Amino acid sequence: MVDAVKRIMNEEKGTVLKNASGEKIRVSNLNFYFANKKIHALKNINMSIYENKVSAIIGPSGCGKTTLLRCFNRMHDLYPGNKYEGEIIFDGVNIISKEMDYIELRSRIGMVFQKPTPFPMSIFDNVAFGLKLMGVNNGTELRDRVERALKNAALWEEVHDRLGGSAFSLSGGQQQRLCIARAIAVEPEVLLFDEPTSALDPISTSKVEELIAELKSKVTIVIVTHNMQQAARIADFTAFMYLGEIIEFDKTEKIFTNPSHMLTEQYITGRFG
Amino acid sequence: MEGKADIRKRAIIRRRIISRVFLTISTLTAIYGIFWLFWILSDLFINGFRYIHIGLLMEDMNPAGVKGGGLRHAFVGHLIITSIATVMGVTVGVFAGIFFAEYGRDSRFIQALRNVTDIMVSTPSIVMGALVYAVLVKPVGHFISLGGSIALALIMMPVIAITTDEMLKLVPGMMREAAYALGAYKWQIIIKVTLRAAKVGILTGVILGIARITGETAPLLFTSFNNNFLETNILKPMASLTVTVFQFVMGPYDYWHEQAWAASLILTMGVLILSIIAKIIINGVSFTVPFALISRSLFFIRKFRKEE
Repeated sequence: MVDAVKRIMNEEKGTVLKNASGEKIRVSNLNFYFANKKIHALKNINMSIYENKVSAIIGPSGCGKTTLLRCFNRMHDLYPGNKYEGEIIFDGVNIISKEMDYIELRSRIGMVFQKPTPFPMSIFDNVAFGLKLMGVNNGTELRDRVERALKNAALWEEVHDRLGGSAFSLSGGQQQRLCIARAIAVEPEVLLFDEPTSALDPISTSKVEELIAELKSKVTIVIVTHNMQQAARIADFTAFMYLGEIIEFDKTEKIFTNPSHMLTEQYITGRFG
Repeated sequence: MEGKADIRKRAIIRRRIISRVFLTISTLTAIYGIFWLFWILSDLFINGFRYIHIGLLMEDMNPAGVKGGGLRHAFVGHLIITSIATVMGVTVGVFAGIFFAEYGRDSRFIQALRNVTDIMVSTPSIVMGALVYAVLVKPVGHFISLGGSIALALIMMPVIAITTDEMLKLVPGMMREAAYALGAYKWQIIIKVTLRAAKVGILTGVILGIARITGETAPLLFTSFNNNFLETNILKPMASLTVTVFQFVMGPYDYWHEQAWAASLILTMGVLILSIIAKIIINGVSFTVPFALISRSLFFIRKFRKEE
């Protein structure tokens, strides 16, 4: 009974938000299972990701934020026993269908991880990695696009004289911006951030946040964060998740000033989670 | 009544005594091991160094009982046998390691296979020799040097497969995910990211594998056997340093014993150098230490002169 009511509520919410302009990704009735259906990690998720906006997903540990994010680029396919149900419509195509070519999908939906993940190669080769995968082999074009990506990631000034140096010689914050540069070099349409600043110091964090604010004119951004202030600062839309469900999804001001659900209010006021 | 401070003091004294006892025991055992190692090495150096001369490398063996001659045939044979073994062992070993680490993680069968490989690391080497004897030498009907290479490769393969597997498993999963997230296929990730990240460890494993087979005698006895003449055809019996040393040590002539000393020293030095290279690769830094020392002392000398 409660479930049914919730479903109706979700569907209503869905229709309201669907009418808003520039929907980039639409999630409907998404269910996700780990370990051959033994763990039901995402329950009947409905939400929309809007073009050139920042959408944040918040919620307590283990609520399924990252699991949801990793559905968008089919990261779960790397491990056996995972199962999707429902729809994630991206550009008119259901990206969780079996026929979807997720190699191509991942070049259109990029991802930045919790910890910086530079590859064991030079700074230049790190940024060029995705471009080379896409078949950019022309030296000048490669250099131009690497430079542009590093500039867009606000890292060019710091590394332009040591592009041949190892990526591991950079600081943690620089490494994370390098990973952002690597992700935006292939010019994705959507960029997924999985707690991108949780391993960074406050100064690097603010740099990455500024970067996200700048990037949103070019790409659509989905960010998972533990840090509610961060969501309030940078997100246009915020989804609050709890125990594998989306409790509330709305404009960020609405979520943080006038949440319609009691759980959301309790969470953002720090009473649990 | 004892105060709290007294109890604490007693506990500290007790701990200090236990610590001293264990330190003494471990130092003594270390000295015991090093003592024998140095005895063997110094004996080898003292006896071997005297008999090393260039003729050892330039001349083949003389007919038995005729003084002089060298061990060229054994050096060449040893090089051929171990080179072929290395090519086979490294190729199969590295690919097996990649398979275990990258493709077989979720399969119980493959993990069982991996554990069997792990056990194979400690197979007595003579068993490998006997195996090749039964499978290859017996059907062919004569000793064959290729069999020696195969036996050595079989000894090497599990060592390299397990090292490769371990080193690839040390590569953080997140690095793989990051590459997947950029739209890479698995084989691209293995070649461009994970193998690169693990290359130092894998290379070390390869070198230690070569060091391991360089000193083997037992697997060659049944396979490549021995040859008193220079032989380069891998389908014929071939001399190797280890088997030749065995033959010379057991022989009746003093000059054979002398040449055996020299050959043992050269072999040991070879293995030692390989192990040192592996150590240098592991701790990269120590390689630069001598250079740093030289440049620093040059700096001081220059400074000193200026002040003068």
